[in-house]
Amino acid sequence: MPERPSKRIYFDHGATTRVIPEVVEAMAPYVSEKYGNASSIHSFGREARTAVDDSRARIAALIGAGPSEIVFTSSGTESDNLAIKGVALHESRGKGHLVTTEIEHSAVLEPCAYLKSRGFEVTRLPVSKEGFVDLGDVEAAIRDDTILVSVMMANSEIGTIQPVREIGKMAHSRGALFHTDAVQAAGKMTIDVDRDNIDLLSLSSHKFHGPKGVGALYVRKGTKVEPLLHGGGHEGKLRSSTENVPGIVGFGKAAEVAQRDMPETAERMRHLRDRIIKTVPETIPDAYLNGHPTNRLVNNAHHRFDFIEGEGLVLLLDMSGIAASTGSACSTGSLEPSPVLLALGLTHEQAHGSLRVTLGRENNEEEVGYLLEVLPGIVSKLREMSPFSKDRPKCGREGGCSVQ
Amino acid sequence: MYSDKVMEHFANPRNVGEIADPDGIGKVGNPQCGDVMWMYIKVKDDIITDIKFKTFGCGAAIATSSMTTELAKGKTIEEAKKISRGDVAHALDGLPPVKMHCSNLAADALRAAIKDYEAKKAK
Ligand SMILES: Cc1ncc(COP(=O)(O)O)c(C=O)c1O
Ligand code: FES
Repeated sequence: MPERPSKRIYFDHGATTRVIPEVVEAMAPYVSEKYGNASSIHSFGREARTAVDDSRARIAALIGAGPSEIVFTSSGTESDNLAIKGVALHESRGKGHLVTTEIEHSAVLEPCAYLKSRGFEVTRLPVSKEGFVDLGDVEAAIRDDTILVSVMMANSEIGTIQPVREIGKMAHSRGALFHTDAVQAAGKMTIDVDRDNIDLLSLSSHKFHGPKGVGALYVRKGTKVEPLLHGGGHEGKLRSSTENVPGIVGFGKAAEVAQRDMPETAERMRHLRDRIIKTVPETIPDAYLNGHPTNRLVNNAHHRFDFIEGEGLVLLLDMSGIAASTGSACSTGSLEPSPVLLALGLTHEQAHGSLRVTLGRENNEEEVGYLLEVLPGIVSKLREMSPFSKDRPKCGREGGCSVQ
Repeated sequence: MYSDKVMEHFANPRNVGEIADPDGIGKVGNPQCGDVMWMYIKVKDDIITDIKFKTFGCGAAIATSSMTTELAKGKTIEEAKKISRGDVAHALDGLPPVKMHCSNLAADALRAAIKDYEAKKAK
């Protein structure tokens, strides 16, 4: 085994990211000295308000929106909830049909399931083997009473990038609104809400080097949305509660930095990603890429390895100083494999042996080189323990057939 | 989330492999998460002289397989039969609640191997 590096290596940027020093620096004064309430009329309040408005403009710039169309929330989850429940429950609607996909984040799927339990109808579209929704399916699913189509911009697990521009156009042509969860996409690819026909778009700060617990929902001007939080009427009455000023400032700075550096960081991550995607199947037998080889997030490499289970992979990588993640059933509280992987048509066994590597702007060639060096040994160590192999594959639901 | 003992057995599992001419084989599967465990025993004078396992499963499944083989090795058949699911988890300083079924799998595999041995002997 190669020598373990002195510093731990983080390849789990899809889960969360480090708050970079520039962002910490921008936030610091708003924690300690400039602690005013942005609604106050005095100088403390005014400096907080200015900072919140500056951040709003920075977030708007990241997605080609106007500042007044940005609503700050507590998270990506809240933004998704506000978009979906907010549209459905507005007094101008209150009933109707929603279209979404099988591979959305639970922050979209669960609000849809909730609305279904309250009498709305929901269509969940399947995806192809590579994780794309079919435009014909979208067209066929939209009905006269469809109020909202929600399709994520890029998938959190396998990185697949959806044809949002076309989907948005289809929704609009039938009088439906279009929401996209851009939590994983933001900061890694250019987004333009006008070009992409988007009415509502969810963002989360901690996925691109901002602090946790801050998000935003873009709401196209004139779009009617019911608030989830009723109270003092903050954020254009859409989201009451005293603004999280330090969080919002960090979020804004992170957006500015992401946009400023995107040409360079995206290119660097894409290069590292392609090195992983090329090398893994070359150096490890029975290893396969999940998702599309190129039409995927620049920072996402997702593979599956036959005959082994992903939690063991993640634990052994961790022991080698590398943090990554898996969609294996064993790693989830529910003991069900990732619904995204099953939606690709993978079997339980195939979903079991999956590994997600999500790169960040700070990862480098050396770190990727180390991963590529240790991974084959880790996979073969687990395969030595496995009862299954190419000569003796698992028979169907063998796990379930109990004592033989 | 795992105890040091679990991590230690997971990282350095004892008795991994197969026995070429075993006296008993136990093959069990876990309907819940789809994992599989095979256990092989060699018995001489009523004592388990050798035991090996192969497991397709999580860290806890591998650690409990390893611990079960350690607990069973050198024991008489009657003693080994008494190794319970709880004993395995206990010997590993506990398992997260969601992972208790993995220790069940290991104890079940051992029992299945003993049953297979007894059935063969009775013939
Ligand atoms: C696609 C997607 N949507 C929503 C979320 C939730 O964001 P947050 O953690 O800010 O609630 C995540 C993060 O896990 C995500 O990946
Ligand atoms: S074997 Fe799947 S959770 Fe333990």
